Amino acid sequence: MLLQISEPGAKPSARPRRLAVGIDLGTTHSLVAIVQDDRPIVLEDWQGRVLLPSVVHYHADRRVEVGYEAGAWQSDDPENTFISIKRYMGRGRGDVPERQGIPYRYADTSGMVQFETRAGRVSPVEVSAEILKALRERAVRALGSELDGAVITVPAYFDEAQRQATKDAAKLAGLEVFRLLNEPTAAAVAYGLDQGAEGVYAVYDLGGGTFDISILKLTRGVFEVLSTNGDPALGGDDFDHAIYDWLLQDTGIPAPAAGDARRLLAAARAAKERLSEQARTRVTVPLSNGSTVERTLTCETFEALTEALVKRTLAPVRKALRDADLAIGEIKGVVLVGGATRMPCIRKAVAEFFGQAPLSDLDPDRVVAIGAALQANVLAGNRAGDDWLLLDVIPLSLGIETMGGLAEKIIPRNATLPVARAQEFTTWKDGQTAMSIHVVQGERELVSECRSLARFELRGIPPLVAGAARVRVTFQVDADGLLSVSAMEQTSGIEAKIEVKPSYGLNDGDIARMIEDSYRHAQDDIAARRLGEQKVEAARLIEATEAALAADGALLSEDERSVIRRHVEALREVAEGSDWEAIKRASDALNDASTEFAGRRMDYSIKTALTGQKLEELQV
Amino acid sequence: MAVTLTEKAARQVQKHLNARGSGLGLRVAVKTSGCSGLAYALEFVDQSQPEDQAFESFGVKVVVDPKSLAYLEGTELDYVREGLTEGFKFNNPNVKNQCGCGESFNV
Repeated sequence: MLLQISEPGAKPSARPRRLAVGIDLGTTHSLVAIVQDDRPIVLEDWQGRVLLPSVVHYHADRRVEVGYEAGAWQSDDPENTFISIKRYMGRGRGDVPERQGIPYRYADTSGMVQFETRAGRVSPVEVSAEILKALRERAVRALGSELDGAVITVPAYFDEAQRQATKDAAKLAGLEVFRLLNEPTAAAVAYGLDQGAEGVYAVYDLGGGTFDISILKLTRGVFEVLSTNGDPALGGDDFDHAIYDWLLQDTGIPAPAAGDARRLLAAARAAKERLSEQARTRVTVPLSNGSTVERTLTCETFEALTEALVKRTLAPVRKALRDADLAIGEIKGVVLVGGATRMPCIRKAVAEFFGQAPLSDLDPDRVVAIGAALQANVLAGNRAGDDWLLLDVIPLSLGIETMGGLAEKIIPRNATLPVARAQEFTTWKDGQTAMSIHVVQGERELVSECRSLARFELRGIPPLVAGAARVRVTFQVDADGLLSVSAMEQTSGIEAKIEVKPSYGLNDGDIARMIEDSYRHAQDDIAARRLGEQKVEAARLIEATEAALAADGALLSEDERSVIRRHVEALREVAEGSDWEAIKRASDALNDASTEFAGRRMDYSIKTALTGQKLEELQV
Repeated sequence: MAVTLTEKAARQVQKHLNARGSGLGLRVAVKTSGCSGLAYALEFVDQSQPEDQAFESFGVKVVVDPKSLAYLEGTELDYVREGLTEGFKFNNPNVKNQCGCGESFNV
């Protein structure tokens, strides 16, 4: 495409303003915001409330209620009332920890979990779509017009499957997704733009069900995420459960009925919220058997109950700092996101860890939705001339399997998104016409230690000698973190590609474990790689020598042939073992023994090529 | 590193500037748009901003804002004829791939 010079300030084309909203699809609450007259506004429902509880209730006649209305059914109809559905997005049965007080009936399916309700079987995607639909309707009512698109936020640690599930839910709700945006990044957008402050920031996001820590660098309007870490199974809910467990233990109730469990949990949550303002609070819960639970909870007791949870948030913070190669002192500010950061114990722990009071100018419940709305406004093209760019990172390296079971990294960990990288590979055998591409994710050198994401085959490679085909493998990760891989043979142009949508992907525990393993096993991995490479080299050498002997064995005397054969056999034998140095010695020996043979083959082939040619034809 | 013009491109810019009768030089920028994320923009410069970086190629001043420079470092701007059209072409070493129409790219 060729460009022409335009007048300064001239807009490429005058477009009508497009309506684009930002949606914070949260575990406990969801919000929708929009930018109007350059100011972000969080939209309210008809009663003036901005938070929509992420609760969905199914009636027998398939009628669906969302939000506060659905929340009213929590105690009386828990089996058909879904709370914290975000925990199940893109997750298989084995990924979801069993926990007391969760009354849903799992449907018998593989892949993503599904639930049986009295209105039929529903998936987490469908439940989330109901929440998104309610937000869309709220926005349409407030704006008086249909929406052009939305930016939806997800936790930074959401893997491919969870991101895809979120996109599917949006589609089901009739929303066009401009982009999925990491929640902490959205928070940084909200703060960075409002205050224009440059430097390295930490975003500490303790939501209802997820914890994220991101280290962000803000420079001249460019937002770069240096590293992310977190725990998708830790949030304000866990603090509620800590109080709930304490209530059960303190009162000696064995296993409460589902309805009682809900009431106790709701009371626990209310008590937690009151403790952000008061030093002590009274918890009163009437039970279904007519008795009443009554306890007094003090701040000290609450802090003792949740000390371990608070500490659990600090381990990912340390890892994120290490990944970004930063000391605590280099963090210029800490942004608090998520309703759970209202808890004084969290603020205290964060302030102590970073040695400074965290920023909390914006409402921690709204900050993500505001950032999403700002980003949606830019992506809708409503801010021409003053664009800012947003960079995100991938949490684990992506690569493919090469000969010998080794992982070749194509996109390194923490590469900024969107990203596309290509690398050339070649065939390994003469006449090889197909290549199997195995896409893996992880930090280790051996494929068996990495996570397998997908496999596909490139067929129809023209039969050439080993090493002559040129297969270009391209990895592309879009701004939403979704990966597609393509392979193309350069001389023939044949191509194969795959979009990676695993049935369910890595959770943060896997990611943290894989990174730690890669550090711990660095030495083993180097040795394994060396051995693997040496074995591949040996096999290639044997293959090539045997092919040459079969083709031009007549150029050698019987003695010469048997010497080479002996070296081939010797190499074949040691290549079975695991002593890379022995394999290398045997390979070198075979190379030496066949040097003369190679020379004669060269002479012979030149002679053959020249035979019958006239001298003048050769002079080019 | 810098953003440079080929001699041919510089001649064209100078020609346009002469025809326009005013302008300090050429502004090269990167904006978010197109189907693959980022797109180039070329404008005349009437007023340079304090944060702008300025380069000179064959007597023509090239102005780049620091945000765009991150994406344009090392870029050479050429003036070419392709089929029936003539225009400016970006040779940007940072580009990892482009969308089909070539309007947008990513790094």
